[in-house]
Amino acid sequence: MGGYAGSAGAGALRYGDQRVGEYKLTTEHKMRARIRALTDGAATGLAVLSTLLVVAPLVAIFVYLVYKGASSLSWAFFTKNPAPVGEAGGGMANAILGSGILLGVGSLIGVPVGISGGIFLAEFGRGTKLANAVRFTADVLNGVPSIVMGIAVYSLIVVPQRHFSAFSGGVALGIMMIPTVCRTTEEMLLMVPHAVREAALALGVPNWRSVLSITVKTASPGIITGAMLAFARVAGETAPLIFTAFGSPNWSVALNEPIAALPLQIYVYAISPYDEWHRLAWAGALVLIVLIVLAVSLVRYVTSRGVLKGAS
Amino acid sequence: MIANVPEIRISQAQPQPELGSPEGPRPADPALAEVSAVRSFLLSRGNSAIADRGFQWLMVLCALSIFGIVVLIAVELVLRSQLAWSKFGFGFFFSAFIDPATRLPMYWDPVNGHFSALPFLYGTLVSSFLALLMAVPLAIGVAVFLTEMCPRVLRGPLAFLTELLAAIPSVIYGLWAVFVLVPLLREHVNPLLIRLLGWTSLFNDDNPTGLGFLAAGVILAIMILPIISSLTREVMTAVPHSQREAVLALGATRWEMIRMGVLRNARIGIVGAVILGLGRALGETMAVTMVIGNSPEIHRSMLANGSSMASVIANEFAEASSDLHTSALMELGLALFVVTIIVNALARVLVWAVTRGAPAQVH
Amino acid sequence: MGVGIEVVSLNAWYGTNHTLQDIHLNIPANHATALIGPSGCGKSTFVRCLNRMHETNPIARVTGTVRIGDLDIYKDAKPVEIRRRVGMVFQRPNPFPTMSIYDNVAAGLKLNGYSNRRALDEIVERSLKNSALWDEVKDDLKKKSGASLSGGQQQRLCIARALAVDPEVLLMDEPASALDPVSTSKIEDLIFQLKSQYTIVIVTHNMQQAARVAEKTGFFLNGRMVEFDLTHKIFTNPSDKRTEDYITGRFG
Repeated sequence: MGGYAGSAGAGALRYGDQRVGEYKLTTEHKMRARIRALTDGAATGLAVLSTLLVVAPLVAIFVYLVYKGASSLSWAFFTKNPAPVGEAGGGMANAILGSGILLGVGSLIGVPVGISGGIFLAEFGRGTKLANAVRFTADVLNGVPSIVMGIAVYSLIVVPQRHFSAFSGGVALGIMMIPTVCRTTEEMLLMVPHAVREAALALGVPNWRSVLSITVKTASPGIITGAMLAFARVAGETAPLIFTAFGSPNWSVALNEPIAALPLQIYVYAISPYDEWHRLAWAGALVLIVLIVLAVSLVRYVTSRGVLKGAS
Repeated sequence: MIANVPEIRISQAQPQPELGSPEGPRPADPALAEVSAVRSFLLSRGNSAIADRGFQWLMVLCALSIFGIVVLIAVELVLRSQLAWSKFGFGFFFSAFIDPATRLPMYWDPVNGHFSALPFLYGTLVSSFLALLMAVPLAIGVAVFLTEMCPRVLRGPLAFLTELLAAIPSVIYGLWAVFVLVPLLREHVNPLLIRLLGWTSLFNDDNPTGLGFLAAGVILAIMILPIISSLTREVMTAVPHSQREAVLALGATRWEMIRMGVLRNARIGIVGAVILGLGRALGETMAVTMVIGNSPEIHRSMLANGSSMASVIANEFAEASSDLHTSALMELGLALFVVTIIVNALARVLVWAVTRGAPAQVH
Repeated sequence: MGVGIEVVSLNAWYGTNHTLQDIHLNIPANHATALIGPSGCGKSTFVRCLNRMHETNPIARVTGTVRIGDLDIYKDAKPVEIRRRVGMVFQRPNPFPTMSIYDNVAAGLKLNGYSNRRALDEIVERSLKNSALWDEVKDDLKKKSGASLSGGQQQRLCIARALAVDPEVLLMDEPASALDPVSTSKIEDLIFQLKSQYTIVIVTHNMQQAARVAEKTGFFLNGRMVEFDLTHKIFTNPSDKRTEDYITGRFG
């Protein structure tokens, strides 16, 4: 019905047979249209440029890590303890073990408490003010610098005990895991359909049994994924360990003595003046990043591929 | 009244029950014995009220542990910073001891017991500000590209790559910064900046190492970029499509649609994302320690060495020379704790206001 | 064997919504009783009051008396105990997704601590036979998950699960409304066979279904029970005009 007729630049506006008006594209209009088109193109260009600028350092870091790290990796790296200062050879075996122990202690503390907190948020406290406060606090706690956690645990455990220890390091990592695990557990439990809970209740299953054996079990792939995410996150943390686990050149499994940790060792070696230690730092960084990338990729695979189908 | 419902057929086989009879026919059935065994088993199970209540309390306790952690940190930090607090009071944060001989401020002098937070506040703010300056435009650019412009095939892998950036530990960023970024700055970037922008007095050549505020700012920018970007993407996707369509229907170009239809609606959330990035930058420790130069001084030049609150704690805590020294560091930690809590709380409120209660992704 | 249900002055609320108003009812033992009525009339709420599921909603409230057998379920027992004696089948089949068929049927017993393996095997078999599912699944009991069955099979699995705990009453809330006609008729046959052993209360939208399976029928409207009588009387010669209007299709 409507439309315009005329040469590009000027013409009549028609509604059916009626002429209802005129239009004229002035030079101002044409220029403005051109500017708008240019702006659009510029914006697109900037967006693409930003993306490239962001991806570039990522690629650069990874490539550099692989390049420098792989050339320094050797069997000795995984099997030997650090050699005395300045000497060649030596590895980070004790740091890898130490990280394992610290993460073990941390997970022992962080995962059960975190999952239980998540169970509270999803199953018992849903909609309550308390749950909202807990959730908010957990999110805020996630943003507290890890070094602050470190000195708090130092004050709490290391000072009274008068020595650094793997235990205190594990505690520091553990309390860092709690808010993360709590939130991801809650998210996963909320995805379990209400019908499943109702079915369990209607059978006369006690509530605690229903929550554990039905609801949590249904959401367990997702919950485990969340725990892995928290694990990967604290695996790379250095700051909370500087004043708790403290690091050590020796092979140690004792919980009440200082212990080496992979990220901590990388830090110490990186700021040292010895080339040999720099090489080891690169190798350590490569090992650390490979483990973390594997964990993150696995998490992504599980959540995106819908392997959580148990919940539907 | 006769109801006219020819379709409903009543089955003839139904027995007519006697109203009020409480029992029906009882066939002799050997399975009956088994059946009542099940019933009596279940009857004997009780109502598990104790187990239920105990379980619930256990879950509540674990949830309350989150509050416990915050309280714990606060208590420990307050206790340990008492010494410095009683000695310096609020002046810790905005004044410093002036050396009578040189008439210059001595901010951080463990030997003589003079401690002031000023250089660290300065360093934290400057490095964070630089980081935001560089990261925010890039992060928003990436977010815009990924949500509005990117071909669908690339979206997944690119998003994954930006998330990987977030997964890299701080110490590895620091390692890369020390051996790659700092030499790059030292050899190529800094001389250029000094030549081109030296007149602003923000870039002078007193510090040829390549370390300093700029180096810290750059590595921080790379580190906070993924957070700002992914949160911005989240708030942008939360803007309903109807908003985009409305603007397009008015004849807008794609960029105009993004600017008016999406960014305008999401701007509160984007501010929240930026603030969250700021929060992360304020507390970032390892990478900053490795490249900021660790000098407790205040300089106008971005290329000068400096120190941040987190970096000085990391550097000096283990070998603090006196109780006062340790206490001053603890007070810095307390300040860092309070500031990051406020900043993060503010950010979460802003993001929540836009995404409206969808459980926040864990960042 | 089933028991009768006596309901006296039952009132139920969802928050401020007075969902059920002063219900009086006597449900006979070992028979099937149908509850019909338009959407939102409260019949689902009513059956959920019979096994105390209504109160699982935090804003729900119940007053009145419900006696199952000679037990006042609100005064003399805890919800968990009642729900073991009153089974429920829901509108949408809800087998436990992480469990096998065997574990689904045995869930009510296993999760309450029943551990006698051999007895469980027999109970599972008997329940599946009673719900006409045994022949279709007997080879895959522990291999297939409960969620991998078809809709009709899943619902029969839920019936078997409810039967395994040997309830005295079986509540069915529109059990066939989400199913295809073939599965529906299978379930109706099932109800026909089961009612000699259990007291069955079935909520249904489908009047023909009520006529097919139930001896007595109750008509609910706006939270009140309008008429409760022998099925053939309700459908051929109802006493209340509102009942007549409903079954002739004038509303609902």
